[in-house]
Amino acid sequence: MLTKAMMDMLHRGRENGWLLEPEAKGLFASAALPVPRFAWALDLQESLQSAASIGYPLVAKVVSPEVIHKSEVGGVAVGIKDDRQLQQFYEKVSGLPGFVGLLLEEMVTGIELIVGAKMDYQFGLIILLGIGGTSVEIYGDVAIRMAPLTASDVHSMLHELKGGQLLSGYRGREAVNKEKLVRVLVDFAELVQDMAPYIESIDLNPLLCSGEGCVIADARIMLGDVFLKTGEADPSVTG
Amino acid sequence: MNLSPLFTPQSVAVIGVSASNDRHPANVIFFKNLLRYPVKTYAVNVKGGAIDGEQVFPSVSAIPGSIDLAVIAVRAEYVPAVLEECIGAAVKSAIVISGGFSEVGQDDLQARLVSIAAGAGFPFVGPNCLGIYSPGVVDTFFLPTERMVQPVAGDVAVVSQSGGILVDLLVKFAREGVGISSAISIGNKAYIRELQLLEFLDDDPRTGVIVFYVEGFAKNEGRAFVQRAAKCRKPVIVLKAGKTSEGSAAVSSHTASLAGDYRVFASVLAQYGIIEARNELELVSFCEALSCYPDTVIKGRVGIISGSGGHGAMAVDACVGGGLAVPRFTEAVQQSLRNSLSESIRTIASVANPVDLTGSAVENDFIAAVEAFCEIADIDSILLLMLPYLPGISADLGARLSKVYRRHGKPLIAYVPHVEKYRMLIEGFELNRVPVASSIESAVHMTSVLRRCRLC
Repeated sequence: MLTKAMMDMLHRGRENGWLLEPEAKGLFASAALPVPRFAWALDLQESLQSAASIGYPLVAKVVSPEVIHKSEVGGVAVGIKDDRQLQQFYEKVSGLPGFVGLLLEEMVTGIELIVGAKMDYQFGLIILLGIGGTSVEIYGDVAIRMAPLTASDVHSMLHELKGGQLLSGYRGREAVNKEKLVRVLVDFAELVQDMAPYIESIDLNPLLCSGEGCVIADARIMLGDVFLKTGEADPSVTG
Repeated sequence: MNLSPLFTPQSVAVIGVSASNDRHPANVIFFKNLLRYPVKTYAVNVKGGAIDGEQVFPSVSAIPGSIDLAVIAVRAEYVPAVLEECIGAAVKSAIVISGGFSEVGQDDLQARLVSIAAGAGFPFVGPNCLGIYSPGVVDTFFLPTERMVQPVAGDVAVVSQSGGILVDLLVKFAREGVGISSAISIGNKAYIRELQLLEFLDDDPRTGVIVFYVEGFAKNEGRAFVQRAAKCRKPVIVLKAGKTSEGSAAVSSHTASLAGDYRVFASVLAQYGIIEARNELELVSFCEALSCYPDTVIKGRVGIISGSGGHGAMAVDACVGGGLAVPRFTEAVQQSLRNSLSESIRTIASVANPVDLTGSAVENDFIAAVEAFCEIADIDSILLLMLPYLPGISADLGARLSKVYRRHGKPLIAYVPHVEKYRMLIEGFELNRVPVASSIESAVHMTSVLRRCRLC
């Protein structure tokens, strides 16, 4: 079941067709999915205060309804070390169109995966898992399943990925926590099942995975046509 | 809704026969059923009269006795009225051959057919289709009998969105000796669609393997189809056309662009244990293998027997490329295998897997090798590459080997070049329900489809 707060976030996204990243993160956080500690700061002073509570080094991203591909406009800074660097970044991006503040997040590391959801015309809700990040479309190493998803479905997806070995500690690197990864996917699929009448697609890209667990480093929720036009759930969605 | 009258009608009315045009589809359908099928066949045309001395009834209600199946081949605009008349006359089912509906933008006309049928729970196939061909029962294809290549009666049912592809598949089934229970062209699939046919065929005692040629499903229809197919007791094979069209241009997210239409289609089929044939060649091989071994599920460890090292090597390549294993036999297994061979080849045969009995092998060596393979626990299926031109082999080999299969139950798949000269050898296998491939590649396809399992 989607809470009132979640529905409010989805409704606020209707103006742009998608949810601003802090809203998407907030939605996933309220569904107990793992997101980094984050804050949405509207001006420089709030930014510096939030940075103090999150602690340096941190990640800063521009928040703007007009900027969907943040890194393409220099709207993402990873590893900001101090107030001075944060102020510099703020000054650089505050002039971007539609600027409505900064998203500040703790630094997270891990292997980059992509987790996604899409409303497929023929099959309804489908879930995707891939070896991910910025190069996901080059390798195309993804596994796809129709929702709902069981834990054993997720294990079979991991098995299917050609790069699945990377997750098991390839060449002395730390293996990712598979149990937590499976949990994230099952929980995500369950949440998205409830969101299905409102969405077109969702990217968690990247989902950063390490021995400790997984964190949603970036999230994009694209809303569905019927919901955008009417504000109502799409009645043709079955699951 | 009872679909049996469509598949096993006792009586057929062909509506729309022409007094002036011998080649009218309705005339072809009327005469082929009248003359060649054990079904009471009646011709209908509003003008009445007679063609070739056969009475033409002015309407379906004028026919004495009940009608199981009406084949409607009148112009599109008359079809709704004819459909209503059939329902009024207590006809049990219909096939609408006529085109001129959604495929040319006449969506409203097609919707009228659906609402008429739905109101009466009246099953009809089409429009814009060939209908149903059941060997020895009924044939509504408007193709002259002498031009059709008809496979033998068997247990494969084929449902196709394309009539042309369906007829072409029948040619290939006939050539490879695959028998069919029925072939169904569903055309615009306005009312009877894949899902209802899947349910019917799952219960149909004449059908053992169910094949669908699909161009696309309607909204959410694919979901219902795979969920039902997953519960099917029989193997379900799908050949999807339109693999390269990636659907909507909406690539607003990585997921949307990565999860293109075909990729989703193939993944979901595999998730639900439905077999995807990637092309016609695979489809025919899969049908032949599953028709013989519908319940056999192997782990994919293959033992290979041939009379030539080259055949063995090519088969190993094809197996490994297809994800099958060809495990090397242990020394002990090799020794006992070698001892079972005739003295003349004992020292020259390779027995490690693939086994090369050499061109000097005689019939009993092939039988001894297959017998030995049946006892080897490391392999769960046998690939036999026959060289029918070897001097030591008789035409009875296929029949003799199939007896070995029946004793042990380890699936055997043979490759024999498909030329007329070797027909007797091939028949020896096929009449005894051992699949015979016409290429090494097809033999490997047949083997790999026996390893069917849901993604796990």
